[in-house]
Amino acid sequence: MLAYLIRRLVQTALILVGVSFVTFLLLYVLPADPVRQIAGRSATAQTVENIRHQLGLDQPFIVQYANYFSGLVQGDFGRSYLQKTEVGALIASRLPATLLLMLGAIFCELLIGLTLGSIAAIKRGKWIDQLLMVFSFAAVSAPQFVVGLLALYIFAVKLGWFPIGGYGTFAHLVLPSLTLGIMGSGWYSRMMRSSMVDVLRADFIRTARAKGLTRWRVLGRHALPNAILPIIAMIGIDIGLFMSGIVVVESVFGWPGIGQLAWQAIQRVDIPIIMGVTMVSATAIVLGNLLADLITPFIDPRIKLR
Amino acid sequence: MFHHKLTASALALSLSLVAPQLAAAQDYTPDPNAVDGGGIIVTYKDDVATLDPAIGYDWQNWSMIKSLFDGLMDYIPGTTDLRPGLAESYEISEDGMTFTFKLRQGVKFHNGREMTAEDVKYSLDRVTNPETMSPGAGFFGMIAGYDAMADGSADSLSGVTVIDPYTVEIKLSRPDATFLHVMALNFSSVVPKEAVDEYGADFGKHPVGTGAFKLADWTIGQKLVFEKNADYWRDGVPYLDSITFEVGQEPIVALLRLQQGEVDVPGDGIPPAKFQEVMSDPAQAERVVVGGQLHTGYITLNVTMPPFDNVEVRRAVNMAINKERITQIINGRAEPATQPLPPSMPGYTTDYEGYAFDPEAAKAMLAEAGLGDGFATELYVMNTDPNPRIAQAIQQDLKAIGVDVAIKSLAQANVIEAGGTEGGAPMIWSGGMAWIADFPDPSNFYGPILGCAGAIEGGWNWSWYCNPELDAMAAEADSITDPAMIEARLQKWSDVYMKVMEDAPWVPVFNESRYTMKSERMGGDDALYVDPVSIPVNYDYVYVTE
Repeated sequence: MLAYLIRRLVQTALILVGVSFVTFLLLYVLPADPVRQIAGRSATAQTVENIRHQLGLDQPFIVQYANYFSGLVQGDFGRSYLQKTEVGALIASRLPATLLLMLGAIFCELLIGLTLGSIAAIKRGKWIDQLLMVFSFAAVSAPQFVVGLLALYIFAVKLGWFPIGGYGTFAHLVLPSLTLGIMGSGWYSRMMRSSMVDVLRADFIRTARAKGLTRWRVLGRHALPNAILPIIAMIGIDIGLFMSGIVVVESVFGWPGIGQLAWQAIQRVDIPIIMGVTMVSATAIVLGNLLADLITPFIDPRIKLR
Repeated sequence: MFHHKLTASALALSLSLVAPQLAAAQDYTPDPNAVDGGGIIVTYKDDVATLDPAIGYDWQNWSMIKSLFDGLMDYIPGTTDLRPGLAESYEISEDGMTFTFKLRQGVKFHNGREMTAEDVKYSLDRVTNPETMSPGAGFFGMIAGYDAMADGSADSLSGVTVIDPYTVEIKLSRPDATFLHVMALNFSSVVPKEAVDEYGADFGKHPVGTGAFKLADWTIGQKLVFEKNADYWRDGVPYLDSITFEVGQEPIVALLRLQQGEVDVPGDGIPPAKFQEVMSDPAQAERVVVGGQLHTGYITLNVTMPPFDNVEVRRAVNMAINKERITQIINGRAEPATQPLPPSMPGYTTDYEGYAFDPEAAKAMLAEAGLGDGFATELYVMNTDPNPRIAQAIQQDLKAIGVDVAIKSLAQANVIEAGGTEGGAPMIWSGGMAWIADFPDPSNFYGPILGCAGAIEGGWNWSWYCNPELDAMAAEADSITDPAMIEARLQKWSDVYMKVMEDAPWVPVFNESRYTMKSERMGGDDALYVDPVSIPVNYDYVYVTE
């Protein structure tokens, strides 16, 4: 187990180094010059060259990357070109909002996905099963930008149940969590359905029924916990899915998280921020996957980590 | 629309040359209905980058910085007319090369210390110091000693001298009629050395100035709160107790919130998709203030790339574009343009009609140039609405004269890169990156975008048009500093732009209007809501009625 953990952690570190190199390279070859974004339109050629020199952007790629990397291993993400402040501080101030949104989204997707999946499994083959599976398909394919604006328009503007975007209270959290979670709920309802269908066919369910337990007791005490367990391990993998979703959802709802930060930085070629957010999300994704792998044997003792 | 006469140096003109130039007693009549107190909420989509006046250079932080800081010069609210700011008066020497500014006494920074001539010198040294990395450093090229600062051989501008605590003298290395405008740019704002030293590179997050408002709170990624500077040196203003800037708000969400009464000014304006809906509802339309702005949208024709190296071809393209139709694509939020300068800019040539829309004549001209069968080319355009739709209209117009245009729709940074690369882009539609003047003077539309200085790798002269004869004329015009000669100077600039039109490196397409929407409770002259220098709103002079 320990050997496995060490091996995985080394792998994780190597993956992150690879991600940092490839992202840095891609940003370097991008046909867009960050210095011209910083200098603006009225800057003279001299001013542009001065800024390029001050930021060390006149150095060869490998030197620039080495400088960035040596900062990175010391926990220094560098300074934003345009926001003129520490990238680490920018990310730190925005990360809690993103984590909160992810928690909300996980809650929403599990609540919706598991409930609908269970109902569909119990009513397998009936019209309600088919209806729910159509919903899950729609939920997976719906563009989040549209879902977000629609939710905002109906529940915040027309019905006035929730605030129109922003951050701060529980009420602010509901719509963005729902928008971000709805896609996952589609996946989860499908997985839950098939997991539940498998469990319902299992011998121990037949035994439970045979000994005369009520229908609800069979479902609630025996089927549901066994069906949910394998799905819990998927949450770690969700983080990757969320990372792409938060960019859109945070923009629509004015949610001050790192997705919004990344989106603004991409538009303005603010390389230190793009790198910083990429590294933080890559770390979250690989750790999420690692966690998912580590949890699995506890859920299903048949699986051994090697 | 602003109807006032936009004379660049009206103030200077009205006074004699060597006598101290005093502030006109009533350069601005305050609104008699204005009431003190209250706060407003302004929204933006993007984060505020920095509030350091030496660095901030986007249209979002520009007006915020204006309210936090002051420079020696300023503009009369809602106009493009200069007035003294932190300087109480100034004298210009006979040869126009030495400016002596008398400072107001008793002006305090937000930290309580009095502002003196030393601070003025420090601030100008700071903005021109290469280590500050100010995008505006180049504006100060006319001050004696600038070159030594720029190449790092000096750490102080030799042309700026403190005479006494309330007098500062600035010597120029060349006569320059735009100098007073430069002193009104945000880059010239006076900052206290001790605050810059304390916060270092983070001064932009902890701004300390002399302005009408001071920064009270900044929650990164969420909001900024400005509160009234009770000790502000201008009497009676500001009226508002506070301004809250909420960031991270999509324009469409901001509009919904405005309609619900939660927002006072959507800083990013009315989203194009909602424009017609808003303007066709009288209740909403009456809260929209319309004004001109110092903006021109244009197509650049790269004169270094065949067949645009042939002036006949460039003229033909000018005649082929239906500008009227393009303004309709943006819901009529613009006027067709005839020349590089916008109509509200001094030096605009009023009796010039431009190239009339005439596809037949354009075709004939192409045939004369030996291109009767047309040719194929590329048009670079920024990929945000409405620019790709405008590019399609241009494509159709040129198709009609036999020119096949392939549209290259890219992110802003990529278009800018292609434009600044020699032989990179045959044609560019400037939308989303178009020129908006830094200060209301005709020279500002020439140097970087039409002059030889901009026709370099990484420059903004995307037609790569370089006419040394015109550069000489431009330099000559800017050396006319005698206020009595102002008409001659503007005439010279008018001549420069007429010559540009003859050579046709651009197709000037339209001059965009500004539409500022405000909440019902906001008061103040309409001109304050389309202030040509404080975009979107001149915060120091607006008020709320409840």
